[in-house]
Amino acid sequence: MNILAAAGSLAPATRGFLSPTGAEIVFVLVGLAVLGAAVISVGTRQLVHAALWLVVALGGLAIEFLLLTAEFVAWVQVLIYLGSVVVLVLFGLMLTKAPIGRSPDADSGNRWVALLVALAAAGTLVTLVVDAFRTSWIDLGAGGGSASVTGASLFRNWVLPFEALSVLLLAALIGAIVLSRSRQAAAPKPRAGRLRTGKPVGAAPAAKSPAAQSPSSERES
Amino acid sequence: MNLLDTLLRCVAALVVFLTFPLIIGQTEHKVMAHMQGRLGPMYAGGFHGWAQLVADGVKFAQKEDIVPAGADRRIFQLAPAVSLLPYLFVLLVVPVGPHGFVGQAVDAGIFFVLAVMGVGVIGKLMAGWASANKFSLLGGLRTAAQLMSYELPMVLAAASAAMAAGTLSLTGIVEAFHWWWLPWQAIGAFVFFTAGLAELQRPPFDMPVADSEIIFGAYTEYTGLRFAFFLLSEYAGILVVCALTTVLFLGGWHGPLPDSLGWLWTILKTFALAFVVIWLRVTYPRLREDQLMRFAWTVLVPLALVQLALTGIIKVAISQ
Repeated sequence: MNILAAAGSLAPATRGFLSPTGAEIVFVLVGLAVLGAAVISVGTRQLVHAALWLVVALGGLAIEFLLLTAEFVAWVQVLIYLGSVVVLVLFGLMLTKAPIGRSPDADSGNRWVALLVALAAAGTLVTLVVDAFRTSWIDLGAGGGSASVTGASLFRNWVLPFEALSVLLLAALIGAIVLSRSRQAAAPKPRAGRLRTGKPVGAAPAAKSPAAQSPSSERES
Repeated sequence: MNLLDTLLRCVAALVVFLTFPLIIGQTEHKVMAHMQGRLGPMYAGGFHGWAQLVADGVKFAQKEDIVPAGADRRIFQLAPAVSLLPYLFVLLVVPVGPHGFVGQAVDAGIFFVLAVMGVGVIGKLMAGWASANKFSLLGGLRTAAQLMSYELPMVLAAASAAMAAGTLSLTGIVEAFHWWWLPWQAIGAFVFFTAGLAELQRPPFDMPVADSEIIFGAYTEYTGLRFAFFLLSEYAGILVVCALTTVLFLGGWHGPLPDSLGWLWTILKTFALAFVVIWLRVTYPRLREDQLMRFAWTVLVPLALVQLALTGIIKVAISQ
């Protein structure tokens, strides 16, 4: 609750919803853009385009965080999701299968079930958030989501969830390593390259005749 | 900060963005030439070929803009902009001198800079994929692999500077700088600068554009202005990485002159580092792909962790 306390009070609304400020309008517009990009990302039949629309959606989310003055979270969103996760997705796509144009097999028979699950999840979340906040109004002061405020709240109030998540990520990491290793055990081990300075190619051995040594000694002198 | 002030700062950043990379490019021509015992460009513009890059720019602008038939048109055309623009945003937040001599002070400056620089790589991936060329695709793959390996030591090294200063703001880090940070943060500076070079795909880390193997990596199919944008993004990247190393590890505007000349120190240090970048290009042969990965994971990451531990220990020792 520290973030909220720093950002403003949770007092009931004294403001109407019919006189939005510029920031609120931008917030709604960016939100619509995020929603649209997300829908296209799921619906498009071009695999790499889906990943690139994901970039738009995640970048839009970062802008939403910025508009809510959560500067630190916004940059972390860009660094982790845009800079690493999407790059990883694109890397995986290019390594395996990334045709230009439509992929006929990009469609799934499960799409109606998936739509149902997505709608149910979205409905639950929206109901929860709307019910939790109702008409309360949070005044957003500049710096309310700065690095120091976020850090203080994270390491004072939310240490346990934070550490639990770390353990979860560690478990995922170890699981990934185990999975990739067991498959590799059967394959012959590739020779690892080394960082070392090799011997010069074609250099004359020292114990040769003096005639063979003379060009190099000339070069040195 | 009124509108005019904001506009002025943006224009100033844009001017720096458009001129400094060209200066670095021209320096590279001449420095490389002299290190290799030749003259470099001598005719364009008269005095020692100073206008060579302007002439190159005119040449690029005149060339036909070709999109390959099999390419994904929109993404192919969008890629150079995605690759170039992040560096412009980074330049906006790099502090040049004391007393607010900075485009826009950002609270979590380090995070902003690292995050936005990571976005530029998506442009290179887009270029590699959308070209419909297997060499481009290979270049894109190598770019992604290289970035993911070198991002980690870079972030760790930057975190060490932030820990030492006790703030994430770039201006705050320079303000907290003392001369004895130089030996204290030396390992971090080395890791950051090297990882930065690798992120720019400069030699000796230019495996993704290795011209003797995969033509020119992700940029193989590009011509004209779009190709020039990629080249410009490389030189803007040199400027950004050198400026960031200056700000994080070399004390930015601190130097033995009055504070009002602080901006001179920042620029001097940045260009000295840019010279080192060119020097390294001429000196070292290209690392092989496996050597590249090995260097990142077995040398840079452990070094960065050692630096983090060292920073933490000394920081605690000082504060007691």
